Amino acid sequence: MKGWMGKFRAIALLGLMSLVLSACGKENLTALDPKGYGADQSLYLIILSTVIMLFVLAIVMIVYTIVLIRYRKKKGQEDYIPKQVEGNKTLETVWTIIPIILLLIIAVPTITATFDLADESAASDSLNVEVTGNQYWWHFNYEGQEIQTSQDLYVPVGEKVYLNMMSSDVIHSFWVPSISGKMDVNPENENTMYIQAQEEGVYWGKCAEFCGPSHSLMDFKVIAVSQEEFDQWVEDMQNVNPEAEPESTVAQEGKSLFQENNCMSCHAIGSSPAQIGPNLTNFGDRSTLAGVEDLSKENLVDWIMDPESLKPGNKMTGNYPEVSEDEAGKIAEYLMQLEPSEITPESAGTE
Amino acid sequence: MSTVASQKRGFGEVLWDYLTTVDHKKIAHLYLFGGGFFFLLGGLEAMAIRIQLIQPENDFVSAGFYNELLTMHGTTMIFLAAMPLIFALMNAVIPLQIGARDVAFPFLNSLGLWLFILGGILLNCSWFLGGAPDAGWTSYTPLSVTSPGHGVDFYVLGLQITGAGTLIAGINFLVTIINMRAPGMTYMRMPLFTWTTFVTSTLILFAFPALTIGLFLLMFDRMFGSAFFDVGLGGNSIIWQHLFWIFGHPEVYILILPAFGIFSDIIAANSKKRLFGYTAMVFATILIAFLGFMVWAHHMFTVGLGPVANSIFAIATMAIAVPTGIKIFNWLATMWGGRITINSAMLWALGFIPTFTMGGMTGVMVASVVADYQYHDTYFVVAHFHYVIVGGTIFGIFAGLHYWWPKMFGRVLHEGMGKLTFWTFLIGFHLTFFIQHFLGLMGMPRRYWVFLEGQGLDTGNLISTIGAFFMAFGVIVMLVNVVYTAVKGEKAVDDPWDGRTLEWTIASPPPHYNFKQAPLVRGLDPLWIEKTEGKGNVTPAEPLDDIHMPNSSFLPFLMSVGLFIAGFGFIYQVDYGWAYILLFGGMAMTLACMLIRSLKDDHGYHIPKVELEREAD
Ligand code: HEM
Ligand SMILES: [Cu+2]
Repeated sequence: MKGWMGKFRAIALLGLMSLVLSACGKENLTALDPKGYGADQSLYLIILSTVIMLFVLAIVMIVYTIVLIRYRKKKGQEDYIPKQVEGNKTLETVWTIIPIILLLIIAVPTITATFDLADESAASDSLNVEVTGNQYWWHFNYEGQEIQTSQDLYVPVGEKVYLNMMSSDVIHSFWVPSISGKMDVNPENENTMYIQAQEEGVYWGKCAEFCGPSHSLMDFKVIAVSQEEFDQWVEDMQNVNPEAEPESTVAQEGKSLFQENNCMSCHAIGSSPAQIGPNLTNFGDRSTLAGVEDLSKENLVDWIMDPESLKPGNKMTGNYPEVSEDEAGKIAEYLMQLEPSEITPESAGTE
Repeated sequence: MSTVASQKRGFGEVLWDYLTTVDHKKIAHLYLFGGGFFFLLGGLEAMAIRIQLIQPENDFVSAGFYNELLTMHGTTMIFLAAMPLIFALMNAVIPLQIGARDVAFPFLNSLGLWLFILGGILLNCSWFLGGAPDAGWTSYTPLSVTSPGHGVDFYVLGLQITGAGTLIAGINFLVTIINMRAPGMTYMRMPLFTWTTFVTSTLILFAFPALTIGLFLLMFDRMFGSAFFDVGLGGNSIIWQHLFWIFGHPEVYILILPAFGIFSDIIAANSKKRLFGYTAMVFATILIAFLGFMVWAHHMFTVGLGPVANSIFAIATMAIAVPTGIKIFNWLATMWGGRITINSAMLWALGFIPTFTMGGMTGVMVASVVADYQYHDTYFVVAHFHYVIVGGTIFGIFAGLHYWWPKMFGRVLHEGMGKLTFWTFLIGFHLTFFIQHFLGLMGMPRRYWVFLEGQGLDTGNLISTIGAFFMAFGVIVMLVNVVYTAVKGEKAVDDPWDGRTLEWTIASPPPHYNFKQAPLVRGLDPLWIEKTEGKGNVTPAEPLDDIHMPNSSFLPFLMSVGLFIAGFGFIYQVDYGWAYILLFGGMAMTLACMLIRSLKDDHGYHIPKVELEREAD
């Protein structure tokens, strides 16, 4: 008896603890605090199915507890032989029918939502972004806008944005929990989903399909800004002159080093669709370096000198000549000043 | 006679005996030791995973090594631990439960065992030969095709060989249960563990060929330059997922159904009651198995199959909850009005009910497509399937081991230690995995080598790791228990639990021919019937006569070694010409053994009636 109570207490405690924890799941990452249409739909179904299933669990646990209290062998029962019951048609029918009804209650809204989220009828009137998953970074091409970015995806708040997604290598999965559920990014066919952020903010996205050593470092951000800010951002991005000379001499040296060291064979600045490596047009405006590190000059120097130590298995390692710390510092200076727009993650409010 | 002799045999003799045995009871021991060894290995890998995730951005292991640990943990636990341990119980119990002297094909039984063991060893050789597989236990293409080194090659060949063993074992049990039942043991009188083994074997028969084919395609892509999965050359990488899950989903039921059978037997015996709704239980089992084949695409909700396919598979998946629910309530009803004895075996069964109910709950939640867009590939799913696989299969194996240990080894496991194992494992289990539901929803995808600081995932992961240590402690206690029992344990009587089925009518452990005379079965729970209305033991269905027994054979072991060698040949022929020697040499060895087996008549031997009579006194 004591043992059982102990177990229940342990489980109850755990449950409580988890609830407290769930409340402090990181805002802008958790699926439990939706800020987008898809995530809203998902959370609704999560709650509905949880409630119904908890009801079933409660019934099981009630019967279970009664059984364990009433029918445990007691002293003096050694010779007692219980009645050998064969079954009970009525009871068995009851516990067949009721679950079917409960499941239907979950099934109907599930299917409605499935079709709702797969609806592509508004795609042609909306902003379309071509998303490419790469080991281990994301590329975004704003269709018909001549804008290419990597890692940070800017979207106008409240608008449906259609993502046409494909992978350039292995399968990845695009997931921004607080805005929408995930969708796989396959190498053979384009998958389309839409996202619709309901509040301005910077939302954390993750790759959810196992894609190699740095799978856990394939993060990105969705930055939802007001429509006016978004329009401004588009204009700024379209006006970038990739040839422009940086102001400081250090940065100018950095620029030529960037070209000499073959960086341009993979990276692009401006609206070039080349994408062996991330497009760096608005590198200085980014919220993170390589998706996971703080965007600082120090970190950038480390990255240029040895990307492997930050992202194992990445495809930059070994594909350019060795650079000294001094050179890396100059390149970093150049890249950090690539800040074409006033509209940055800070504009979206939260970090 | 034989027992006296066995006590004096040297190590070499025992080893030879086990290498050549075709006796299902000894094969059960070997499955137990083999599966147990791999269970410990998989557990060690799990502990390494959890230690790595004890704090954010930890560097206990490197990214590449983490992926190897993760892949090998999943692969090992599913193919080399859970399934063989279940086969151990099936081998130990099924012939006894149906009143048979052995399985239908004793030679094949031994072949299946050695294929499993050598396939498992081949897979694990990868650790020492340049790196283990690292594409996840599901080995999704193109990642698995492009994974450098030979890790995935070891996965392909190791699993191909073990898989063949599993298929052979499955067919053997099918035939055994169809053909070898004692007189009077109709289908609707078979104990539930026999029933679930029967249905499971059917699942193996249909599911494993899909894996075989998938592995062949992957092997050809990696080793012989084909392009089944290469999109650039007109292949299709999603096909692998279909093939894998057409095997993989039934595989989950292959793991869980036998556990259902074990619990049914244990709950009935320890409640002193007939299983409530026996017929419903049987049909629920069959229905679950059937639906198990219809729902594979629920692993692929986010692949982009479209809303129609997703909806159909969602409904089919939810439907499985109905027969499963029937089972849960029938177990409860079996205990209702009974007289429940709580021993270690029963504890596992009692721990199973709430744990598995929670796993089933989250199963329905995951089936709800749009909700799954959030759960999929996160720690929520890791939690869900551990609730089902550990809370169902592993609890079932522990329950079955405590219950049948006396029958398998003639000694009863120590109850105190049994209970300690249960409590630490149960608490550790919930501590480890309950919290992971929330971690998943809070944004932690699965197969993450590190999680970043400041994302609110720290506490949950810490708790989870602490729980894993509790589980490890429970397993260690179990090991101590096994050693203690072997050295000092009490001798078991024939029927230590006041059982209801045929295995309890004969000695513990049984003589090598099992039943001197085939028993006559007069209904469900034959031993119980005789206890309550008869003379305490089952009536024989035949007069005492000579018993026909199969001869031991070294061939199954040699055949498996041949394939093991050929496995290395296949893997290394890509780099070295001499590997063809291994490839063809190994294949030749296996084929030669097959030829010998086909050409040499082996009629077995007879235990004469007089000897049986002598043994009786
Ligand atoms: C000591 C007990 C166990 C612990 C602590 C444990 C822990 C874990 C963890 C943390 C993961 C996920 C890793 C990640 O996503 O990065 C995992 C994956 C997995 N576990 Fe376990 N596990 C345990 C027992 C088992 C058992 C008994 C089985 C099956 C019989 C099992 C089957 C699996 C499978 C199939 C995977 C997925 C591997 C993959 O994604 O490729 N685990 N385990
Ligand atoms: Cu990825």
